[in-house]
Amino acid sequence: MSVDLRGRAAIVGMATAGTGEAPGFSAMELLGQAALAAVADAGLTMGDIDGVFAATSSHAFPTMSVVEYLGLRPRHFDGTNVGGSSFELHLLQATLALEAGLCDAALICYGSNQRTAGGRLVSMSEPQWHETPYHPRHPITAYGLAASRHMHEYGTTRENLADVALAARDWANLNPDAFARGPLTKEEVLASRMISDPLTKADCCLVTDGAAACVLVRADRARDLAAKPVYFLGGGAANWHRSIVAMPDLTTTAAVESGPRALEMAKVGREELDLVMLYDAFTINTVLFLEDLGFCPKGEGGRFVGDGRIAPGGELAVNTNGGGLSCVHPGMYGLFLIAEAVAQIRGQAGERQIADCDLALCHGNGGTLSSQCTAILGSEATL
Amino acid sequence: MSDIDTSRQGPQATYQAFLAQGRFMIQRSRETGEHVFWPRVAAPGGAGDLEWVAPSGNGTVYAITVNRARSGDRNIALIELAEGVRMMSTLPRVETAPIGAPVTARIEEAADGPRVVFDLTGGDAA
Repeated sequence: MSVDLRGRAAIVGMATAGTGEAPGFSAMELLGQAALAAVADAGLTMGDIDGVFAATSSHAFPTMSVVEYLGLRPRHFDGTNVGGSSFELHLLQATLALEAGLCDAALICYGSNQRTAGGRLVSMSEPQWHETPYHPRHPITAYGLAASRHMHEYGTTRENLADVALAARDWANLNPDAFARGPLTKEEVLASRMISDPLTKADCCLVTDGAAACVLVRADRARDLAAKPVYFLGGGAANWHRSIVAMPDLTTTAAVESGPRALEMAKVGREELDLVMLYDAFTINTVLFLEDLGFCPKGEGGRFVGDGRIAPGGELAVNTNGGGLSCVHPGMYGLFLIAEAVAQIRGQAGERQIADCDLALCHGNGGTLSSQCTAILGSEATL
Repeated sequence: MSDIDTSRQGPQATYQAFLAQGRFMIQRSRETGEHVFWPRVAAPGGAGDLEWVAPSGNGTVYAITVNRARSGDRNIALIELAEGVRMMSTLPRVETAPIGAPVTARIEEAADGPRVVFDLTGGDAA
C-alpha cells in the first residue's frame, strides 16, 4: 500500500534571519526570529503550530529546545538529524504527519551563529574511530578525496570546479541578501589558497550565520492562507554510508536513488524543472549532483558547468541565490535551498527571478556525501 | 532467547589490540571469503562468521588529498587493499602520490598510538 503525497501539503510561510553575519545573537535567537517571521508570513499564530521539525549543529535535542524557546505545545515532533539534508527529509516527514492527522501546522526550522561565534564550522559530528589516527579535517578532507577521484576517473579539472564557483558568485551578485558579492575571476579562483588538494578556499562554502523556517499545512487549508502556496510534490531519500571510507564509489552519490524517488512521487520529468537547487558545500558537490540527478552523464559534470551553463542566463538555473558558495552556509544549509525555491516559485526573487518558475528541485546533502534527500516543490499550476 | 555472549572484547578493541602487538589484521567471512574493513560484528553483506586474517599488506591509492596547514602539509589517502576493502591512511614519506600507485603497509608508532600507514611499493620517489 502506498499513499499519494503529491500536492497534499504546501509551504505557506517562509522566512530567513541573520543571513551572513548577525553579531550578538545566539543560534536559538536567530532560529526564533525566523520561526516567528515564517508563522507571520503564513498569517498564522504561534498557537496554531502543533508540529515541530528541527535539526541544528548545536542542540542535542533540537525540537525540545525549539518548543521551549517559542512556547509551543506540539502534538507531533521530529528531530531527525541527517546533516544538511535534514530539512528536505523534514518536508517529507511533515507532509506524512499532516496527511496522517498527527498535526495541522508544521514548523520546520534551523539556526546557527557559527560565524560570529567562532568563524568555524560548528558540528556535533563524532569522529570515526578508524579515521582518527589519520587526523582528517572533515568535512573538507572527504570532499577533497572525492574530487581527487573524480579528476582521476573523468578528467575533471580545477578549471571545471572554478566554473561552479564563478556561476554561484554571478547569481549572488543578483541577490542583495548574499554574503559574498562582488567581482570574481577564474584567475582569482585558481589562485586561491589550497586547503585540501584539489580544493581551495574558493571551492569551499562560506561559514556564515543564518536561520530559516517554513510552515506547512495540508493543501486544502493552504488555499485560504495569506501567502501563495508552494506545494510539496515529492520527496525521496537514500543513504549508503557514514564515513567517506565506506562510500562505495567516490564519484557516485546516493542521489542517483533519492532523485528518481522524488521525481517519481512528484510525477515530474527532470526536463520540466525550472529551478535546480543543489547543496554546494564544495564545488565538487554541484558537479556530482548534476550527474547523479541525471542532468548530464556520469563524468561529464565538470564540462557541463562550463560556458556559463548554470550561471545567470544559462540554460539551467542552478543555485540562483548564490548557493552555499556565495550566499549563505550556516553549517547546515538545506533549509536555504527550500527558501530560495519558495522565493522563486512565489515570484519574489527580485533581480535574480527566473521567468515562469513553477517547478523546483531541492537536493540536500548530509555528512560526507552520505545522506541524500531530494524534494520537489511546485506552484498551484503544477497540481 | 539468550543474551549474546560478550565475554570477549569486540571487533574494534580486537583490531586495536592486534595493532598494539605490531600486527595488521582485518576480518574475513569464513563462508563467503569476503573481507571486511573497518572491523565490525558482521560483514555489510550480512555474514556474521568473521575471522581475523593478516592481509597481504599490498594495496593501491584509491583517492588522495593533502591537507595544507601552517603546521605542515600531510596527505590523507583512501587505500584499496588487495583483499578488496578500503581504509583511510596516509603515506608519511611522500607529499602525495598518484591515484592507482601501488603501496605497501607498515605499522607506525604515532604520537597517539600505533597505526597502519603505507609506503610506495619499491621506493618513495613520488
